[in-house]
Amino acid sequence: MSAVTRLTATETRLFFREPMSVFFTLAFPPILFVILGAIPAFREHEADLGGLRVIDLYTPILVVTAITMFALTGLPQQFALYREKGILRRMRTTPVKPGGMLAAQLIMSTVLSAVATLAVLAIARLVFDVRLPEQPVAYLVAFVLCALAMFALGLLVASLAPNGKSAGSIGMVLLFPLLFFAGLWIPRESMNDVLLRISDATPLGAGVQSLQDAAAGDWPQLLHVAVLLGWTVVAGGLAARYFRWE
Amino acid sequence: MAIIEVEGLVKRYGEHTAVDGVSFDVEEGEIFGILGPNGAGKTTTVECIEGLRTPDGGRISVAGLHPRDDRVRELLGAQLQESEQPDKLTVGEAMELYSSFYREPADWRELLETLDLTAKTGAQFRRLSGGQKQRLSIALALVGNPRVAVLDELTTGLDPQARRDAWGLIEAIRDRGVTILMVTHFMEEAERLCDRLAVIDAGRLVALDTPAGLVARVDDRQRIRFRPSAPLDPAVLAALPEVHDVQRAGAQLVVTGTGNLLLAVTTTLAAAQITAAELRVEQASLDDAFVALTGRPIPS
Repeated sequence: MSAVTRLTATETRLFFREPMSVFFTLAFPPILFVILGAIPAFREHEADLGGLRVIDLYTPILVVTAITMFALTGLPQQFALYREKGILRRMRTTPVKPGGMLAAQLIMSTVLSAVATLAVLAIARLVFDVRLPEQPVAYLVAFVLCALAMFALGLLVASLAPNGKSAGSIGMVLLFPLLFFAGLWIPRESMNDVLLRISDATPLGAGVQSLQDAAAGDWPQLLHVAVLLGWTVVAGGLAARYFRWE
Repeated sequence: MAIIEVEGLVKRYGEHTAVDGVSFDVEEGEIFGILGPNGAGKTTTVECIEGLRTPDGGRISVAGLHPRDDRVRELLGAQLQESEQPDKLTVGEAMELYSSFYREPADWRELLETLDLTAKTGAQFRRLSGGQKQRLSIALALVGNPRVAVLDELTTGLDPQARRDAWGLIEAIRDRGVTILMVTHFMEEAERLCDRLAVIDAGRLVALDTPAGLVARVDDRQRIRFRPSAPLDPAVLAALPEVHDVQRAGAQLVVTGTGNLLLAVTTTLAAAQITAAELRVEQASLDDAFVALTGRPIPS
């Protein structure tokens, strides 16, 4: 097995040894989705929403929630903790160097958030009769763009946080406003103009709309693609600038 | 042949010069020690060799390569001060993981056997004792089959028995053909293990020799203490060519001198029909050498 494959496998094994983080990252989005879907009113077709149901709107929101849980709770905390414990420093003296750890963490976060996404989509289709994305390729592109932007933001938090604990706190502080603008409390369709404008500029607002568009059979709008790429470049660039292995 | 060459190494942190022009060579197959008090620049020196820090001056080569050269990562195994593993990673998983980092890893199961950790293969890192964690860190430093192992304060924090066990291990590693560069502030450890020592104080190299050579260089004088069985005029002893000085300390006499001092003193006493009670002969130790070299004892 190559070093990065072995590292990814080991990190994944370690991930599953922390029941609390498994719950919040992997199980929480599908469970929340089921709870929301259990509310009868959310399964009614609404004329206000162009004949869609609230549960239809929540599908992409829970997909980006799955990404966000990995990006803002798992990734930065783990990285800052490994730096704090001198694990990254120890890896600098080996042939893989800590870049291997970065790759392993990103691979694991991508794969596991994709798994959570597939769980949400399967529940949507099988339990709540939500239609599968009409443009699967566009949906995949929107997912990848959103994941890139959020992981870049997570790595920026990891770069700036002095230790594992503070990385966890910073991640939490960012989590709520970002999920708010994704529409977790008020779906974008019900937001007023000001909120919607702000939401468009946030990675999750842009991500949710892109997924929504792909689900409806359209390609993501240029604005949202630009917003997602912008976050990736800016947050990723700053993360690279301030990144410390020790 | 020198496997590590350090020439005029300088490392500054802001205003503070941590390492100030240190030079030494580590020969292949030896146990080379860097000895000095805390904050002397020992760790900074080895971190420059490990490629973890960039020197501000001087030149380092490891097997003829620059310390930042990727090939050095394959041939140098490092045990760092205060470096941990993830809490829930088991010993076996850590070994398997680190083996995958190297092109030609050692057999990690055999290494665990050598380090008496086989019974702990399935144990998580957080469940290990201090000594077991240290042994795992040695195992991880050796798993890449390195030509040089750099051990930084390996035995700090271990109880005396665990420390002695670690010494045995270090000798066993050298016997496998691995060159060892170790940092320590324990005199006993340095004296017992190291073939040669670099004594560093306040960022400067103050001596480079074998432990015995350091002791001899500092002080070839001996000191004899005894209580004479009858009153004795110190001038009788002071007149002997071997004797440098005679001091009274209560009922005792303290005679310092060189050469065959003990024979000269006891012969003179016998001639005066005086016996020496509570006779003690003291020779300089590495501690004395350290005090003489740096002007103060090493804080332990």
